[in-house]
Formats: sequence, C-alpha cells, structure tokens
Amino acid sequence: MQFMLLFSRQGKLRLQKWYVPLSDKEKKKITRELVQTVLARKPKMCSFLEWRDLKIVYKRYASLYFCCAIEDQDNELITLEIIHRYVELLDKYFGSVCELDIIFNFEKAYFILDEFLLGGEAQETSKKNVLKAIEQADLLQENIDFQMRLFAGMVVPNMASESSGLFQN
Amino acid sequence: MPAPIRLRELIRTIRTARTQAEEREMIQKECAAIRSSFREEDNTYRCRNVAKLLYMHMLGYPAHFGQLECLKLIASQKFTDKRIGYLGAMLLLDERQDVHLLMTNCIKNDLNHSTQYVQGLALCTLGCMGSSEMCRDLAGEVEKLLKTSNSYLRKKAALCAVHVIRKVPELMEMFLPATKNLLSEKNHGVLHTSVVLLTEMCERSPDMLAHFRKNEKLVPQLVRILKNLIMSGYSPEHDVSGISDPFLQVRILRLLRILGKGDDDSSEAMNDILAQVATNTETSKNVGNAILYETVLTIMDIKSESGLRVLAINILGRFLLNNDKNIRYVALTSLLKTVQTDHNAVQRHRSTIVDCLKDLDVSIKRRAMELSFALVNGNNIRGMMKELLYFLDSCDPEFKADCASGVFLAAEKYAPSKRWHIDTIMRVLTTAGSYVRDDSVPNLIQLITNSVEMHAYTVQRLYKALLDDISQQPLVQVASWCIGEYGDLLVSGQCEEEEPIQVTEDEVLDVLEGLLVSNLSTPVTRGYALTAIMKLSTRFTSVNRIKKVVSIYGSSIDVELQQRAVEYNALFKKYDHMRPALLERMPIMEKTASNGPTEIVQTNGEAEPSVVEAKHPPPVTQPTNQANDLLDLLGGNDVVPVIQTTVPTKPASAGGELLDLLGDLSLSGGPAPAPATSVPSSQPAFLLDGLTSPPLFNDIAAAGIPPMTAYNKNGLKIDFTFERANPNPNIAVITIHASNSTEADMTDFVFQAAVPKTFQLQLLSPSSNVVPTLNQGTVTQVIRVLNPQKQQLRMRIKLTYTHKGSAVQDLAEVNNFPPQSWQ
Repeated sequence: MQFMLLFSRQGKLRLQKWYVPLSDKEKKKITRELVQTVLARKPKMCSFLEWRDLKIVYKRYASLYFCCAIEDQDNELITLEIIHRYVELLDKYFGSVCELDIIFNFEKAYFILDEFLLGGEAQETSKKNVLKAIEQADLLQENIDFQMRLFAGMVVPNMASESSGLFQN
Repeated sequence: MPAPIRLRELIRTIRTARTQAEEREMIQKECAAIRSSFREEDNTYRCRNVAKLLYMHMLGYPAHFGQLECLKLIASQKFTDKRIGYLGAMLLLDERQDVHLLMTNCIKNDLNHSTQYVQGLALCTLGCMGSSEMCRDLAGEVEKLLKTSNSYLRKKAALCAVHVIRKVPELMEMFLPATKNLLSEKNHGVLHTSVVLLTEMCERSPDMLAHFRKNEKLVPQLVRILKNLIMSGYSPEHDVSGISDPFLQVRILRLLRILGKGDDDSSEAMNDILAQVATNTETSKNVGNAILYETVLTIMDIKSESGLRVLAINILGRFLLNNDKNIRYVALTSLLKTVQTDHNAVQRHRSTIVDCLKDLDVSIKRRAMELSFALVNGNNIRGMMKELLYFLDSCDPEFKADCASGVFLAAEKYAPSKRWHIDTIMRVLTTAGSYVRDDSVPNLIQLITNSVEMHAYTVQRLYKALLDDISQQPLVQVASWCIGEYGDLLVSGQCEEEEPIQVTEDEVLDVLEGLLVSNLSTPVTRGYALTAIMKLSTRFTSVNRIKKVVSIYGSSIDVELQQRAVEYNALFKKYDHMRPALLERMPIMEKTASNGPTEIVQTNGEAEPSVVEAKHPPPVTQPTNQANDLLDLLGGNDVVPVIQTTVPTKPASAGGELLDLLGDLSLSGGPAPAPATSVPSSQPAFLLDGLTSPPLFNDIAAAGIPPMTAYNKNGLKIDFTFERANPNPNIAVITIHASNSTEADMTDFVFQAAVPKTFQLQLLSPSSNVVPTLNQGTVTQVIRVLNPQKQQLRMRIKLTYTHKGSAVQDLAEVNNFPPQSWQ
C-alpha cells in the first residue's frame, strides 16, 4: 500500500497515512485530486479505479470514505478486507465508532492503524491481538503517570490534567 | 502563563468557526500561543501542543515549526511523549528534511528499550518512513529483533526489514540467516509478515529466489501452512466469514506464484493445493472471492497443467456472473491479462463478456470493451460487430473514440466482404462520426479508393448521409472527398448494390456549397469541399457554376481556402488544358504502415496515418512530385506542406546522401515544414491527381532560358530546363530530364548534385527511379538553386544506376549553364 486517506463527504481530511516519501506539496496535490475523483463517483460504481499508475480501492462507511492506493501486484479484493478490518478495529475500540470519534480522537485512530499496518502491510491478522496491544499501550501511558503521581515531590503541577486532557473526552 | 488549552477543546473551538477566515484566525492565534510555549522549552505541555499542531496540520495549515519539538518528545522518557512524538515525526518529517536524521539515535535507543511498546513505536516509525541512511545505520538492530522470540516484536521487525530492503537493497543478504525459522512460528502475525519479507526478497533477487526454492524448500513449507489453514477447524481469532486467516492465505498464494513461475518442480509441488483452494473456498462473500482471485492469478502465472488453467478461467467466468460489481471488474481485468495465452478458453465466455458491455459501471464497460475487441476473430466478426456497434451507439462519449478505432481495426482485419466493411464504416461515421480520430479519415479514404467495385455504392451512401447530417466532420470530409472523386457515378445512377438514387449535378453542387458556407464545417472540411467541387469540374458538365464558386473563394478570409481558390482559378484560366489530367481519378494507393498483427490495444491501435503515394508503374502514370513542382510554379509554396515531408521514401534519401557525400552542401528547407501527421496534411495529397507527361514542363518553362544538355554518356542523357521561381528571382528552378537510349532499363537511378559554397541547393523528389529503355520516357527531378550573389552557376553531379545487372556510377561537372540561368 502506498497511502491511505480518510475523508468526509464534504472532502475534509480526517486521517492521512503515507507509506511513500513525498513532499508536503505533492501530498496535498494528490489528496486534493483523489478526493475530488472519488467523491465524483456514483454509488453504483465499483470500488476500484485506476488513477495515475496506481490502483485505488475505496469504500464508504457512513459519512467517511476510506481510500487506499495499492500497487499493481496487490490484490484489490483483499484490500477491501483490510479496510473492513480497520473499521472493525475502530468500532471495537470506540464502541460503535462514528466520524466524530475519529475527529476528536484522531491520534488514537493513528495508533490503532499503526498496530494493524506497518509499512503498508498488515502486521497482525488477529483482531484480538491488535486490540490487546492498544489496550496495553494505553495502560502504559496511564500507569506511568499514576506511578509518578504516587512519588511525593516528584509531582509536576497539572501533570494529571495534562495527560487526561489528551486522552479523555 | 496559563496552561495551553487541551486538544479536544481546540478541536471543538475550531469546529465552531463558520467561515474559512474565522478558522484561519483561530488557528493563527493558537499557533502563536504554541510557538511561545515551545520557546519557553516547556516539558509539561509539549505533548499537548504538538498534538494540537498535528490536528491543525491535518486541516492543511503549516506546522514545520513543530518538527524539532517532535524530536524532543521522542527523546523524552514518558511513554505519552514518545507516542505523540513518533506520530508527529511520521506526519511532519520525511526523509527530505535533514532534521529527521536526528531521530536516528533516539530510534536506536528505543529499539533496545526495556518496554516492548516503545520498541514497537521505534520499529513502526523506522519501517514507515526511515531514509536510506537511517536504514543503513539501524539495519543491525532490526536484524537482531528479527531473531527474538517475542512475536510482537518479531512481526514488526520483519516488516521493518522489508522497508530496509526496499531502501537499501544491498542489505538484503544480512537478513537471510534470520529468515531460517520464520515459517515455523505458530503466531499468525509473524507468519504473515514473514511471508511478506520472503516475497520481497524473492521478487528483488533471482539468486534469493533460487536459494529459497532449492535450499530452503520453501514451497513444501508454504503448502503445508496453507493446507493447515484450510483444513483446520474454526479458529475464532483468525476467522473471517468462515474462512481462516484470509490475509495469510492470500499472501502465501502470492509467494507461491513467484516461486512457481517458470519452475516446473515448484509448480508441480503446488498443483494439488491450488486445486484444493480453487474448489473448496466459499464464494458467497468477498473474502472467499479474494482468495479465489489470488489463486487464479497464481494458476495462470505458473506452469500449471491445462486442467488447472481451465478451472481458473472457469472461476473467472463465474465471477463475471457475480452480482458484486467488484468481482466482475476483477474478473474482466484478469481475463484481459490471459486472453493472449489462453485465447480459446476465454472465448467460451464471450457472450458473458459482451453482456458486460451493458453494465452500468464505467470501469467495467471499458474492460469489457477492450476484452471484446481482443476476442474478435474471423468466425465471430459479424455477431461481435453487431454488439460493438450497438455499444458504440449508446456508450458514453469517453468511449466513443476508442471504440470507433477498435471497430475500424477489427473490420479491416476480419471483414467478411467489402460491402460489409463499407457498411460498417458508414455506421461508425454516422453514429459516432464526431468522435472518430482525425487520422482515420485518410485511412478510410484509402480503403474506399481501393475498393474499386464499391465506389458507386459508397458515394451514394455517403451522399445520403450528408443529406441527413453535416455536423460530424470526419463523415463530412470522407463524403466530400468521395463525391469529388466519384460524383459522376453518383449522378449517373450506376449503383448496383442498392437502389440507385436520382441526383442531379446541381443538387450535388448544392450540397457541397452548403458545406462551404455552413457554420458547422471546420476549415479543414471546407478545404475538402472546395477541392471536391473543383474535381467535379472534369466530371460534371456545369463547369460555369463551379468556376463561379471557385472565384468567389478567391477572396475568402480563410487563407487556406483563398489559396486553393486562387490556384483553381489559375487552373481554369491559364492552365485549362492541364485541368482534366490534373483532376483525374486517383489511382490505387499503397498502404505504408500496416497495423500490428494481434493485440488491439485500444489506445494506440490506430495505424499510422497512411502516407499517400501514387504508385509508379513506369512510365505511364505520373508522380505526385511533378504536381508538387507545378504548384510551386503556380506560386503556391505553402499549399502542400506535406509533400515535402511525404518524401521519406527512397527518392528523398537522395537528398540525404547528398549531405553525406558533399559536405559543403546545405539543403535549404522547404518553405512550409508542416509535420506529416497533422490533419491538414491529408488533403493536399488529394489535390495531386495524376498528370500526364513530362513535356508539360517544356510548356511551362516559358521563362525564356534555353535548355541545355548537362550529361550525355553511355546512353544516359540528362537535359536541364530552366525556370525562374516567383517571387524570388535569385532562385533558379532547374528540371532535369533523364532519358535512356540503350535497350535495357536503368533501374535504381539516383541523381545527386552539389554546388559551390555560395549557392544553396534543394533537390526535390524524382518522378521515378527507373529510366526506361529506348527513350520511352524520362525521369524528371527538380532542383532549386539559390544564388544570392549572382555568381556563375557550376554544379557537380553524381549518377548511380543499375544497368543490365551491374551497378554504374559516374561523376561529372556541369559548367555550361546559360548565362541567363544565373544572372
């Protein structure tokens, strides 16, 4: 996979993961063009299209488009499964995920993606294992903070609020 | 200083902005706050600030001032910081920035961290965006982790290794030992990533591939794993709609493909498992079909036995009938790949494929169209063409050009009869006429010219089509040309194939004149129409009407039309005796470039625009080049741009060789170097109907300069006749006339000339390269000499020809030019 984009029906970007080195300008250009192309597709059309020299696989879940660019030798149908698996992971993590969850917790969406895919390929095919890893990592954040709070004199003001501010709603 | 606002607070606030300007203002304010916070080197809130920066970056605002902060976060000991820091690095940094190299040390430390999740972060970042330098520095660490027993890290290390290999292929070797036991792991994550790593290595290096085939016996291992996946019972952890770990299955099948390609033993070893997967996989959901798809691709690529191949194609055939359009799409794509090698098997599914032409999806339609053209052959041409023409009628404009080209190609290759062919062409021109490619017009004209017995029928049908609709330019152009050529057949009602129509000369001229004045006609079309009218002056009796039309256009604003009209006028006035010969019926044209034999690749399947050459059966019919000179003499230098470029035939090479031999020569280029493939190029050619005989030139060389004999030896006599070129009096136009008084023809005759430095010389194409025996005819060629300094003209000539089987070559000096030719 070369990149994955998540965007709303109005064309607002919600997540962008690039697995190939491109300049910011190029990324913006590609994003703009691709979003336009995909949004112009009618509902009856198939999920695949050729764009430049890449194969694009996209699927809409509620108000979000999940769009992947794969290479010639990659299997389009299994890419659809990859997209579906990612949505399932988000769903399990957030509990009935909706676009707002991804907006307000975009960093978590990235963390989950990074436990599922690495360098554009799936690193874990078990849903359970991915979720377990995320859970443990989340705990690790809180644990360290919790432990640090226990140490007298080592508490930095507002530290608790800082960490909770980031990962609490 | 108050604490920076929380991330979610910021997001909420920004979302309340009602306009882009409002949003921008909020962002700028927050960025300023973040900037000052960074300046204060505040460890506490750095994480929060960077997270906010990342959000704003996603909205499209610049965030480069946060790059260094990401590095500081990565270096922090807090897991929270590292998580955001690495995320920021992946989003804001890329290998183009020098900053990112500073990460290397941090990553190295984190790769050896005591907490596996920190190690995981480092591996992820390196595997996602590590540059070649970073990869080189850290490859050793990755290799170490590839051998760990911790499967969480091992799987990440494997994909990280893939990235390292992609960036620095030379490092592939160092990962080889670590791959030894990768496939004996039970953990699916490790298995999956290992297969990806092995795939990458095999794809990149044939040596590796051979090694894995022979030494590691990879194929049996993979077959075993795949078998277990299929045969084992329900495994909740990896189950997707009743299939066990489809991701792993697909990757294994892909690796098998690479291992089996071109290798009999490997292919043999995987035959059974492939058959098993192909027959046992559930096809009700996308997952199953994804596996089947990969299986089919593998079967087609390796050296599988024919039974297996047929099985694969049948799977594709079933895919074509699937309700899911994605599956249909994938099937058509695969069939397109295999249609060359397994043509007959794919033919069996032809009707299903043709049905897909009616699909609603654009991509499916396009694939189906390409595949349909690939399947057309002599047996099914009639049926297929019906379907394809129906498709042409109803398809979207984006397809029409390609479809039309495809139809023409197919018709040309497999037409069962000339009439069918012409009918098919007519159908395309009338239904998709405006989408037909420009270069099909000359192709069609050539085709029509060569179907001699169909002329009457063709012109009649074209005429009727014109009566209906004059908006489609290619149709109009072809029709005008035909009416110009065969108007006499039209009026005399000679059609055999169908009911002849009653048409008068005036009606025909009405139609053609209508084209000239219509807003719908392009300048090119108008050119065709005017020429056609002119040609009819020798075929019709109402010459006066034609004369009138032609003279009107002598003052047309369109320069092209004006030029033609003026020349035609001149034909009527000064050169009326030449007019019948000049406007004679066109001879059969030879096609130069022919189409490629098998593949009809739609985008470039079009034949080269055929270079129109009149055949030269010596010595009777006259060459285009004579007329070329004629037109020059008439002052129409710009009219026939392509004639000079039509000359990439042997005669032209005379000019080229000239350059080689006589280095100090410069050939002055022609006045109007239009590229041969441009559309207008097609028409001037048709102006040049045959002339009758060279003696014409003697009439025209009326400038008063006496002719001379330049060379007379061994039966070959070369005479020069002279003419001053208008408007430039410094250019002398010399026509050579070569005649042969011996009893054998002189073939491969090439005349070359060179002049002193102060002159410039241009040699045009000769009329032919055979000087016929016993003075039965002459070869003529025009030389234009520019003599700005009015020096005495001298010339060196070189003659080569074959006479009675032996090659003859001679050099001579020509010094006896009459003074009037250069003064």
